[in-house]
This record gives sequence, C-alpha cells and structure tokens, in this order.
Amino acid sequence: MATVVRVRSLNARARSILLDVPGWPGHDAGQHVDVRLTAPDGYTAVRSYSIASATGGQQVELAVEELPNGEVSPYLTRELIVGDRIEVRGPVGGWFVWRPEQREPIQLLAGGSGVVPLVAIARSRSAALSAAPMQLLYSVRDPDSLLFGPELADLSAGDSLRVTYAYTRYAPAGYGRPPGRVDAKLIAAETLPVDSAPTCYVCGPTGFVETVATLLTDVGHDPARIRTERFGPTGGQR
Amino acid sequence: MGIISRGFSGRRRAHDENLPPGQYLTEGFPVLSAGPTPRIQLEEWEFTITTEAGDVHRWDWTAFRQLPADEFTVDLHCVTRWSKLGTSWEGVSLETLFADVDTAADYALVHSYGGYTTNLPVDDLLDGKAWVAYRYDGEELAPEHGGPARLLVPHLYLWKSAKWVRGIALSHSDEPGFWESAGYHNYGDPWREQRYWGD
Repeated sequence: MATVVRVRSLNARARSILLDVPGWPGHDAGQHVDVRLTAPDGYTAVRSYSIASATGGQQVELAVEELPNGEVSPYLTRELIVGDRIEVRGPVGGWFVWRPEQREPIQLLAGGSGVVPLVAIARSRSAALSAAPMQLLYSVRDPDSLLFGPELADLSAGDSLRVTYAYTRYAPAGYGRPPGRVDAKLIAAETLPVDSAPTCYVCGPTGFVETVATLLTDVGHDPARIRTERFGPTGGQR
Repeated sequence: MGIISRGFSGRRRAHDENLPPGQYLTEGFPVLSAGPTPRIQLEEWEFTITTEAGDVHRWDWTAFRQLPADEFTVDLHCVTRWSKLGTSWEGVSLETLFADVDTAADYALVHSYGGYTTNLPVDDLLDGKAWVAYRYDGEELAPEHGGPARLLVPHLYLWKSAKWVRGIALSHSDEPGFWESAGYHNYGDPWREQRYWGD
C-alpha cells in the first residue's frame, strides 16, 4: 500500500507521482511497478509504470503519461491527489536495469515517455557518484513533450551526463538539426562509439525500439549488449 | 479485495470467459522482447532437440518444412496483461518433432537465436499443446514476431513461446530461463495468474 505524497505536472499530458511505500525493499534503476486501482464494486484494473527515481529510501517516483482513451492513466494524471492511497506491487523486472557496480560506458536511447526508466538510471549514476561514462539520446516530438527536461539539464551540468535531443516534429528555434527521426547519421554523431563497447539501453514505442536497435547492430554494437524495453497503448507498459 | 480507489470507476468490458484474470483484450499484436530482433537466414536455420543422454535430433529448414504441419487457432496471453484471442497459425506440433526422440526427461530448456532461453516441463510441450510455428494469419512469420519460426505454447504466458527458436535441451533438472531468472514465475499459467516470483 502506497500513499501519494506529491504530484506535479511534467508537461501538459504527464505527471510525476511521488509515493511513500512503507517497507519498500528498494529497486534497481530501470524497474517498474504494477499499480492496481479498485472501484467500489470490486472491479480492478492494473497497469505497469516505470520508476523514475533513483534507488534509496521508501519513496518511489512514478511518471505517468495520459493515454487517449486510457482506463488507468487518466485517473492517475487527473484524479489522484496527495493523501490518496493506491496499491502498488514491485519492483518488477530484473533485466532492463542498471546497477552502480557496472563500470562500462552506458548509452541510453529514449523514445518519448520511454525516457522514464532512463532518467532513473541517470539519477542512480549521479547518486552513486559513478564515473561510468553515460550519454542519453532522447527522441521526442517537440520541446513541449519533454519529460524531466530540467532534471536532465541538471544532470548534464553537474554530472557530465551528455544529453542530445532529437526532435521529431518541431525543434526549438536555433536548434541545429531539422526535425526528424533518429537515423544512422545521428547515431554515428551523438552516441558512444562502438569501440568503447557500451551497454545500450533502448526504451520507447515498438517502432522506435525496432529502428534504433537495428541501427545499433548495423554499426557493429554487440546485440548481447543492447537491452530493450518496448511499450505502447497495446504494448504492455503504461 | 484491496482498498477502494477514491473516484475510480473503471471501464468495464463485456465479460469474456476466454480472458484470464487480470488480462485485457487487444486487437493489435504488440511486440515485446529483451533485445534486438535477430535476422536469421533460412539456409543457416536449424532446429535441434538434445536429449538428456546427449543425442541430437536436427532439422534444417527444408527438412523441417517437410514435416506434417497443423493449422490451428489459439488465444495468446502476455504477462504484461494483454490477451489476443483467436489467432491463426501454421506450424509443426512438438508431438511430431518428438516422435523419434527417446527421452525420460521431465524438463525442457528452450534456446533461441539471439541468446534468449525459457524453461518448461516436457509435458507442457506434448499432447498437441505446443508447436514450432512459421506462419501467422496466412503470412510468413515476421521477424519481430519471432520469424522464421517460434515456439508457441499458448496455454502458458507468452514469454514461454520463445521467438526465433533454435533448439530444446532436455534434462532431469529444471533450469530457469531468461525471464524466469529475472523475477518472472517459473511456470506461468495465466489462469492461475502466475506472473512473478511468489505468485
């Protein structure tokens, strides 16, 4: 059982929800939780949401983007208020995770709200004072759709996390690259080189993950070092 | 029953007796996998069954496709809570592939191209309950859905239906596979909602 201790908007459609979870066993960056809602007649609905916070303590931050015609996400982004209690189960998932003892370079690649577990990874690296080189390539529709923009700016300023934004529809004025999807040229210019043997974490909608994972293997990354997490309205997560 | 979520009514769907607990229907065909989609050339493809005694039964693509095949319609249940009902497939029954396999093993560890593994009891592969499938909905199976061929064990959660299947190793001992080592249930019966460790 979790209690909502803070909610705040991340953008027009997404919200951060900070939960206090007594007895929380701790989590690895990249894991998710199952959230269960129960109606007065006993009807329940369960969905998975990625954890955005670094590991530590008994507080867990989720980031929820409202899906059109969603059943659970509109409740979490509109109805839920501080003091409400909800059921969470987790943490879940033991593969798409980063642990502080990993020393190798890390390349993160996010599509849309797939950035959430990667924010947790970047925050955990910062909290652990890890020296592992880490870069994030963040593909997002437009500046208004960014999640955790200020937090990523802080992480890139203070912790040498290199962040590259790839806007797919509208780029801010003065941005050097025309809007467009991630392609081989961008991978070559803005991600860690193959010979540094990074572990790559790719999270986003299925089409994004398929495209990016193929681009990474095409330039020579070992498929065994590419971890993927897919989601979407029909893709399981969120 | 858990605590009531203040202000939540939910969107009830018509009850479907083919839907296991905690699942919702999808009309799409979502893709979930842990790494990049492997690309496998048919001339290099092979499928093996290795017994506990070390005997290897091997089929290349041509030999595999000459085996008697089934056309079948089954329901799919993914642990991430979507279910897709009435999907149409063509494939070779494991019963057929096991016809000449001499084994007393209780456990199978399934291996895929790309390194994925999953474990299940041998009994769950036999009696026409599992196939190596190569056509979906009348078309050659697409790579992102496991083509050229995937295991299909529809009575268990879909992670047991290994995409890009390349072989089955039989053993007297049960060895957890990829997701089974990463927090997911060892058996994975959707009707008993065996999603995670401890379910």
